[in-house]
Amino acid sequence: MSTSTLILILLLLAAAAYRFGRKRSFAVVGGPRAQRKLHSLPAYYGLLTALWCGLPALVLVGLWQLSHDTVISHLVIENLPQQVGTLSESERSLLFNDVHNVVLGNVAVEQVTPAAAAAAAEYQRLDGIAQAALAVVALSFALIGGLFVWRRISPVLRARNRVEGIIEALLLGCSTVAIFTTIGIVLSVLFEAMRFFHSVPIHEFIFGTQWSPQTAIRADQVGSSGSFGAVPLFTGTLMISGIAMMVAVPVGLFSAIYLAEYAHPRFRSTAKPFLEVLAGIPTVVYGFFAALTMGPLLRNFGESIGLDVASESALAAGLVMGIMIIPFVSSLADDMITAVPQAMRDGSYALGGTHSETIRKVVLPAALPGIVGGVLLAISRAIGETMIVVMAAGLSANLTANPLEAVTTVTVQIVTLLVGDQEFDSPKTLAAFALGLMLFLVTLALNVLALHIVRKYREQYE
Amino acid sequence: MSKGVRTAELVEKGLKRRYRAEWMFQAYGIAAVSLGIIFVLFLFYSVISKGYTSFAQTYVQLEIQYDEQIIDPEGARDIETLRMADYMSLVRTSLKDMFPQVEGRANLRKLYELVSSNAPFRLQNRVMDDPALLGTTQKVWVLAGDEVDQFMKGQITADEEESTRPLNDQQLAWIGVLEQRGVIEKRFNTEFFTNGDSREPEQAGVAGAAMGSFFTLIVTLLLSFPIGVASAVYLEEFAPRNRWTDLIEVNINNLAAVPSIVFGLLGLAVFINFFGLPRSAPLVGGLVLTLMTLPTIIIASRASLKAVPPSIREAALGMGASQIQMVAHHVLPLAMPGMLTGTIIGMARALGESAPLLMIGMVAFIVDVPQAITDPSTALPVQIYLWADSPERAFVERTSGAIMVLLLFLLLMNGLAVILRNRFERRW
Repeated sequence: MSTSTLILILLLLAAAAYRFGRKRSFAVVGGPRAQRKLHSLPAYYGLLTALWCGLPALVLVGLWQLSHDTVISHLVIENLPQQVGTLSESERSLLFNDVHNVVLGNVAVEQVTPAAAAAAAEYQRLDGIAQAALAVVALSFALIGGLFVWRRISPVLRARNRVEGIIEALLLGCSTVAIFTTIGIVLSVLFEAMRFFHSVPIHEFIFGTQWSPQTAIRADQVGSSGSFGAVPLFTGTLMISGIAMMVAVPVGLFSAIYLAEYAHPRFRSTAKPFLEVLAGIPTVVYGFFAALTMGPLLRNFGESIGLDVASESALAAGLVMGIMIIPFVSSLADDMITAVPQAMRDGSYALGGTHSETIRKVVLPAALPGIVGGVLLAISRAIGETMIVVMAAGLSANLTANPLEAVTTVTVQIVTLLVGDQEFDSPKTLAAFALGLMLFLVTLALNVLALHIVRKYREQYE
Repeated sequence: MSKGVRTAELVEKGLKRRYRAEWMFQAYGIAAVSLGIIFVLFLFYSVISKGYTSFAQTYVQLEIQYDEQIIDPEGARDIETLRMADYMSLVRTSLKDMFPQVEGRANLRKLYELVSSNAPFRLQNRVMDDPALLGTTQKVWVLAGDEVDQFMKGQITADEEESTRPLNDQQLAWIGVLEQRGVIEKRFNTEFFTNGDSREPEQAGVAGAAMGSFFTLIVTLLLSFPIGVASAVYLEEFAPRNRWTDLIEVNINNLAAVPSIVFGLLGLAVFINFFGLPRSAPLVGGLVLTLMTLPTIIIASRASLKAVPPSIREAALGMGASQIQMVAHHVLPLAMPGMLTGTIIGMARALGESAPLLMIGMVAFIVDVPQAITDPSTALPVQIYLWADSPERAFVERTSGAIMVLLLFLLLMNGLAVILRNRFERRW
């Protein structure tokens, strides 16, 4: 029985359980007219029966779906002829790749080695047994659960409270997804990063200035070891983010000031959504714009004034990233500026201050912590931005301070290391996770700091 | 008295400078706003000006002689023979007939480049649909090669140096002849919306990527909407104020600002390597994007739950409703428009996201349009990324065209969100 039919049958069973439970609740008090004698509405009795019938079985099926591949692969290894046990790690994973391909029908049985074919047959046999067993167990779970509640239905059964208890537990379960996501992120990058730091010492990674992750195929090739000094990536990231902030902060801040303090309400209500369009455009579009419009534009301009601008210059990527971040800075700054109480402005006007003096000397200092928080969030955005730099920045790690040259960033390297075929034990792919860990930690620190500042400030005037 | 006069004088003296500073300050503001608006316009201009041509495509009319000797010499008409027949030679013969004076292998190859490499498949389909065509001569419109198409659209011009131009002078001359005879023309490019990816720009379309995006978004929506609403309801209506719920809240706020590529790493390490789910599948893409959009949906849903006035809750509880009944019958329906708005905005962001999809392998070159959530596929933004990397000049307009399609979808989704907010959201 395939999983989807099993799930369908379980759902039908649950629907039937609902009807039976509801009917039974009428029966125990002697017909619909005596409904008042029940503790809860009849629907709750039905719902309780359905939940007991469907929920455990569906959870079981879900868990098995997630783990069946791992479990069966394990069993196949144990059952197979001895020589499989002596295979090395990589040979075994190769074998299992074949097995999976045969099982999924991507490859015909004749195309793989006899060992793999035997393993595949074993896999299919075990999977068949397991499927059947799963169907039996799940269906009996459903029937036993449903029957258990059905028999216990009586006028004093507090069905509503039980159902609500289950629902509340489900709601709680959903809200913990966020925590599991964070744990998942931390564990997944941490584990792989740890494995990476086994082969490359952590100080070499953080302080080394040579980045060339291409490990050679032959041992005697030049640069056979690969070097993993991430400093050029960090400086590249900082430079591009720095350029972006140089565009985004002044433009964003001044537009926020103008829109919040000077602009006519009608102008504000048209200009603000216009700027926010920038925030809704997918980053891949900015990447395309940076690579095909901004890059050549800057290079031609550089040529015309006698400057040598690389076509994948940090400047092009940074400028476009800055454009992307403008609405981010401006809407946060706008919030902060409008949160400053009018009384403070009035006080300044009363002392004879001009509008701009009031803004510079009263409003901005009052809104400063919030604006700083917003800028920090924007920096973390810029550091983690991927598509623009993947498409418009370079691949080679240059340690340079010249924005007209090509530099590479942490995110670019993660993408180039992980896209395409990969083996999961080479330092090359593991390095991506180490970079991911750095990225996660830095952005996390920036976010925590920024949220803290923003929240603290908001409390002051509210 | 004299002191007062002095102050007034001082103020008077500085006034001009201060007014100038005031004026400058305001000018900075206007400059900043106009700069932002110029960026928006420039961005759209640059995409649309490059991309509008991708909605037209050049076709060439060939006079095809369905030669029985070539297709089906034995006259058996069975499907295998019809499928395996040499349709390429039909196309070539027809081109040679049009330009009988062309000789030499190199020149002939140049001549064959005028039509797209899928022209033989066109003929194959026609013959297999209607074997009665055999032995007749028909006029058939087939796709022109991508360079011919670029020339017809003016992206390649005759003024360019011949050595760097993709078409040589002779080919331009042939195109001129075709134009004179009226057998080459531009039409609306339906294939762009029905084809999957291709290495040949003229055959490449967005249908595969759009379907991939569609499946991914379906998975995302089915998971993130219920989970997001449930967590928002729990946190807003049920959760006791304690460390545990504080932790959940801090977590959600932080996840909202974690770079998207980190979610991709999570998907790669957990869903693909640990759980063994298939690579490049919309299923995994949807799972990753679910985790990414959840914070957005939760935050929006909580805001709209907060906006429901407490008097509604009190009234329901006062009538004897239980907490769950109060939420399910009264609070949720009132908060639903706001939650839906938040969800649509989250979906729009998920639709434009590409970095995490790169991590889980949705960047493969896939010709077939995916049919299920476990088929390998790409997504629209990833397709844009892939095409932007392709060296052929014709892919620039395809990329821009795909961007226009993507932006259109985003516009529709955001428009829907705005309508929903204006029509159904109640303010108390």
